[in-house]
This record gives sequence, structure tokens and C-alpha cells, in this order.
Amino acid sequence: MTRKKRRLYFVILGLLAVGAAAALVLSALRQDIVFFFSPTEIMEAKVPTEGRRIRLGGLVEQGSVVKDGATVRFKVTDGANALPVVYEGLLPDLFREGQGVVTEGRMGQGVFVASEVLAKHDENYMPKEVAESLKKSGHWQGEHPEQVQK
Amino acid sequence: MIAEIGHFALILALAVALIQATVPLIGAGRGNASWMGLAGPTSAAQMALVSISFAALMHAYVTSDFSVMNVAQNSHTDKPMLYKVAGVWGNHEGSLLLWITILAIFGFAVTLFGRNLPPGLKARALSVQAMITVGFLLFILFTSNPFDRLDPPPFNGQGLNPLLQDPGLAFHPPLLYLGYVGFSMAFSFAIAALIEGRVDAAWARWVRPWTLAAWVFLTCGIALGSWWAYYELGWGGWWYWDPVENASFMPWLAGTALLHSAVVVEKRDALKSWTILLAITAFGLSLLGTFLVRSGVITSVHAFATDPARGVFILGLLVVAIGGSFLLYALRAPSLKIGGLFAPLSREGTLLLNNVLMATGAGTVLLGTLYPLFADALNLGKVSVGPPFFNSVFLPLMVPMVLAMGVGPLMSWKRGDLAGALARLKIAAGLSIVVAVATWVLQGGSLGPWWAAGGMALACWLFLGTATELAERTRLFRVPFGQSLSRLGKLPRAAWGMTLTHAGLAVFIAGMTASSAWKSESVQSQKIGETITVAGYAFTLKDVQNVQGPNYLASRGTFEVTKDGKAFAVMQPQKRQYKMPPMPTTEAAIQTTFLGDVYAVIGDESSEGGYVTRLYFNPLVVWMWFGTGMMVVGGLVSLSDRRHRVGAPSRARVPANSVRA
Repeated sequence: MTRKKRRLYFVILGLLAVGAAAALVLSALRQDIVFFFSPTEIMEAKVPTEGRRIRLGGLVEQGSVVKDGATVRFKVTDGANALPVVYEGLLPDLFREGQGVVTEGRMGQGVFVASEVLAKHDENYMPKEVAESLKKSGHWQGEHPEQVQK
Repeated sequence: MIAEIGHFALILALAVALIQATVPLIGAGRGNASWMGLAGPTSAAQMALVSISFAALMHAYVTSDFSVMNVAQNSHTDKPMLYKVAGVWGNHEGSLLLWITILAIFGFAVTLFGRNLPPGLKARALSVQAMITVGFLLFILFTSNPFDRLDPPPFNGQGLNPLLQDPGLAFHPPLLYLGYVGFSMAFSFAIAALIEGRVDAAWARWVRPWTLAAWVFLTCGIALGSWWAYYELGWGGWWYWDPVENASFMPWLAGTALLHSAVVVEKRDALKSWTILLAITAFGLSLLGTFLVRSGVITSVHAFATDPARGVFILGLLVVAIGGSFLLYALRAPSLKIGGLFAPLSREGTLLLNNVLMATGAGTVLLGTLYPLFADALNLGKVSVGPPFFNSVFLPLMVPMVLAMGVGPLMSWKRGDLAGALARLKIAAGLSIVVAVATWVLQGGSLGPWWAAGGMALACWLFLGTATELAERTRLFRVPFGQSLSRLGKLPRAAWGMTLTHAGLAVFIAGMTASSAWKSESVQSQKIGETITVAGYAFTLKDVQNVQGPNYLASRGTFEVTKDGKAFAVMQPQKRQYKMPPMPTTEAAIQTTFLGDVYAVIGDESSEGGYVTRLYFNPLVVWMWFGTGMMVVGGLVSLSDRRHRVGAPSRARVPANSVRA
């Protein structure tokens, strides 16, 4: 086997692997990535959300949390609009009214049906997307009061 | 006072590192032995200085010196001693100091064990190592000084995030960093070899043990983190494809590939420039991992509070380190002599195949991890790339890899006999098909996920393929059994290492498949005395009591669990409310059996007088931990092989009768 042939083998192998990976990535990018929206974007129907798995983020509206057995209803707000969310399951430890939250699920009839409510390890931590959507709607309160400025 | 000593020691270490980064390098270029010789003493001085600094921070934590800002923000007098110590690296500044301490220790280890390294290679490698140190020291001193004072000092500290107050997580960062930083050795040697323009078997023999050690640490670190997520977060899962998990997984993939291609360099003098590229990539991904975790550019459950200045600094460091190395590689790699040739169907060929698949896998993980960043920058919308993406991209790439792992070890070097190897794997293949069919039938056909049968069959294939290779080596059933046993005893430890790690991966795959495919879960509001049955286990909630811990209050539920009417266990999950910082955590109760984990979580009181409970049965989870354990033990066994013993062989052949230290 000559040097050139070996190099050819190497290149073909590499191309095959990269080609397979590219095909998988492209098909996955179409189906498996999840877009993030704020309540305003969803309610003003700027985006096609019906049926697709999406993320909704914002603040948990004060006084909106209603627990009924293992089912929880609450509203996610970005200050301008609030979208009702229903979730069945155990809430993450750091879920609290007035705090930032990211939920994942599908849009139902005017209600966002969440299959996941994302927990954060650190209560000072505001999900970046939430902070930005609050800034966009003009309801950004600055850094979280408990956040330590370093 | 002690904190100032720590700070001062860091500044001195920077000065020493600057000398170490330049003088020996220039000396090696000019062939000046005394300049090259400076690498040894400077690396020792550096280790001493950085250790003093680390000890100073440790002292501040242990004595709860709240005049140091870092301690005030991350510690508390009520905290148990273990977490005061672990608190040192439970924050941004301290974890960087740990990073650099480990880097200094590795550098000193080269000096210590590298007496018979070629002086030029050693001097250059140590200089490169020192350049990394310089970068990180600048980063610490200018953006993240752990010794900043606070005036006036607060009466008490703010405490450590309670989720981190856990024995598993106390040791997770040091192990992970030992892995990350361990790859800096392969990196430094790769850069040194590029400067020297020479890569040979002796070089590979040097790089292999360091890479192997780093790999063992990294494997341990990742497994510990995953185990922690499994029992502490209370979500019943163990891997979330979170950016930070990916950040540790990418170097692991590249490191695993490096480990295998270094074997080819050592044994066959081939794949040299590919190996150099992998060494650069493995460490580059470690740096990238540090960047992703520390800069907070990506939304992750792990991110520490973020500071843009830091992100920019690490990004700069990343560009210089990775860009510079790739540039050097582009310039110098073509001059590396091409070594031994081999046929595509050979041991080298299968190793190369696995290398390519693993590198591609690492590439897809990288793409998925960074895609949200690209999409945001290019205004494609805010996206998150989660488990569905990785499962449908990464896992299919690993299927041919595992298939090849069964065949590869049975192929001979240079030119292999694929038909012969496959013939020897007939039993393994047959039994794998049986396992696939049995799995399909047992899960009730399409009631379970379609890939479960494939996953179990792959696990069986890899396990039996590995066993077949062991049987071949010992000529089992072809020579008398006693002779086989004595052959088994004489196998080199590196061979044992391979057998153990490959079999461990097989066990892991079985556990992973089963726990993902057949997990049973039930979430409900459960009243006292009510019984819920999950996967044949009946959970009766007996009572819920308040209990007091050292720095938390908890409500503790008591479940009596029965299986087929017989008492199985009493499980007591807790929901804790920590005092400082005021934060709730979930403590799952887990009862592990050979066939699966019974897992219970208790939540808040619900409106109608019950408690929200979450009950799981996670099949074969313990197989994953056991498989990972086998991989780690395999790595250690291989590391203890005398051929891998650091410094054993050198370029100038050691006389056969020379005494080894």
C-alpha cells in the first residue's frame, strides 16, 4: 500500500464520518432544536408556535401560582404580557413567584403546556434569555438585588 | 496577613513562570545546556509558590477569615469542615487557583520523573507548560483575585450553595481539573515536538502515561458529577447534555482518541501528525470547557455569576493558545516524517476508524453546544439544543464505533485478517442477536422503544468481543486449561487494562440503554397512608416529620416500600431548607439493587393535605456506575504496566542491566 493510497483512505474515511455527521446534524437541526420565546412574542403571534416544542421564559407572575395536587398553574410574564402555564410534576427547588423561570413544552389552547420547568443551581442566576427578553419589553429591573457585584 | 502572603506568592509565581516560559525555550534553540537546565528549578519554585498561595486560601477558609471577600461570599461558620475545605474550589476564583495549582504540580512532575527525557524536549515542554501558567496567572491576578480583602469584614459569611454541599461534589472539581490539566502535558509535549520537528516512539511512550492518567481522572470526575446529578438534583436522570457536561465530555472524547492513536505512534511509528493534532485538540477543548463554564456565555445550570471582562480575557487566552498551536501545527506538521505504512484492514486501520468517529462525535457535540451562540449572533433566533439533538446525532455515530471495538483488538498490526477476526466472533455475534431478540420480546415488542434491543445487543457484542480477544490471547480451549491460566497470569497489565475498560464500556452501555428505555415514573399528590405502585414496588407514605440538620431544616418523608407483598425497604427522602444561603434542596432516597434503583423524592405539601411525591424505578443504573468503575480500574491497571512506567524507556537505550528507581 502506497503512501498516496493510505492518504486517500484516510481522506475517504474522514469524509464519510463527517458526511454522516452532517446529515444527522441537519436533520436534527430541523426537528430537535428548541426555540426560545417571550410571552409577548407568543401572544402577539409573531411566531408559528402551534404544535412545536418551544421554550417560554420570563418571570413567574406574583400571586399567579395555583397548586392542585401534582398540577401547577402559573403565569409567566415579561412585564408586558402574561401567559398562563400548566405543569404537572414536582417544581424545581428554586421555583418562586417573582423569579426568573424557563419552561419547555408546547402551546395548547391559549395555555402553555409545560413538560419541563427548568431549575437553576443558583438563585442569583437569571437565565440570560429571560434577562434579555425583559430588557426588550422594558421591564428590566437591573441586576437581581441579591446578586453580588464583583 | 496570610492572605497577603498568598497573593504575593502568586505574583512571584508569575515572575518565575515568565522566566520558565522563555529562558529554557531559547536555551533549547541554541543548545545552551545551562539555560535549558533552568526549566527544572523554575518548575519546582513555581510549584512551591502556587502551593503556598493555595494553602493560604485554604487557611482562610478553614479559619473562616471573612475579611477575605472570597471567603465571606462563599463560606459560613456553620458549615461542616469538609465543605469549608471544598468551598475553596466551590467558586470561580478558588477553582481557578486549584486549576493552576494542579498545572504547577504536573509541571514539577515532569522535572521529577523526566530525568532521562531528552533535555531539549524536556526544556521545551516545560516552557510551553509555563506559558499556560502565565496566561492563567494573569487571568487570576487581573480579573479574579481570590485574596481581595473586605473592609469592614462581615460578621458571618454568605455560605456555599447547598447543592454543592455534598461529598460527591466536593471531589468532583479537583478530579475534573486533574483531567483537564492533565491533557496540558500531552499538549506541551506536542508543541515541544512540533518545535523540535521530531515525533517518535519514545515521544509517544512519554505522552501515553500522562494522557492515561489524565483520562482516568477525567473519567472519574465526569462519573462523579453525573452520579451527583442523579442523586442530588432529584430528577432521576444522570446526564442532561448540558453545556457544562458537554464541556467535560468533549475533552474526554478527544483524550480517548489520543490515547489510542498514541499507541499507534509507539508501536508502529504511524499517525504521528494526527496524534499531535489530537493532543492539541484535547487540551484546546479543555480550555474551551473552562471558558464555557467560567464565562457564562451559555445558559447552563452550572454557571457561576458572570462578568464580561472575564469572558473576554479567557476568550483571548483561548484564541492565543488554540490559534497559536494550530498555526504552529500547520507550519511544522508537514515536516514530520511519515512512519510505518499499514493496510486499511489492520489494527491501525480500526484504531484510525474509531479515532475518526470519536473526533467527529466530539465535533458534533461541540457544534450542538455552541449552536445557540452562533444562532444568537446571526439573529436566527434564540434556541436551545437539548438531549433530542445529541441523542439523534451523537449516538448513531457511536454505533459503528462500538461495532468496530469488538473487531479491532482481534486484528493484527499492519495487515489484518477481517474474515478471520469475524469468524472468531461468530459466537459473540450469534449471542448478540439472541440478546436483541430476547430484549424485544421481553419489552413486549413495540411497547418499549425500538432502539433498546439494539443497545443491549451492542453491549453484548462489545462484552463478548472483548472476552473473545482475551480467550484468543490465552488460547483458551486450544491448549490445556492450566496452560491458558498461566498465560492469563502472564498477560501484560496494559492488555488487562484494555480488556477491563472495553468490558466496562459494555456494562455501561447496557446500563445506559436500560435506564433510558425502561424507566418508570409516577408523579402525584400522595396522602399519608396512601399507596402508589411503580414497576411492582408499592410505596406507602407513612409520615412526614421535621428534622434539624447542622445548617438546615428538613421535612422528611417515610415510605414503606414492598415488593410482591414482602417488605423491601424503608425510604426517607428529604426536602431541605438551608439557612445560609436560604435555599431549598431535594434529597432523594435511593435503594439500589442489581436490577435497578428504587428512587423516591418528596416535595411540598399540596392543597388537599397530601404531599407531592415523585417515585421512580430506574433499571440497571448501578451497571453504569459499575461499568465506569471498571473503566477507571482498567486505566489504573494499564498505568501500572511497567512499560508505561514514567521514564522507563528513553531514546538512548537504557542498558539492560541498569537498575530502575
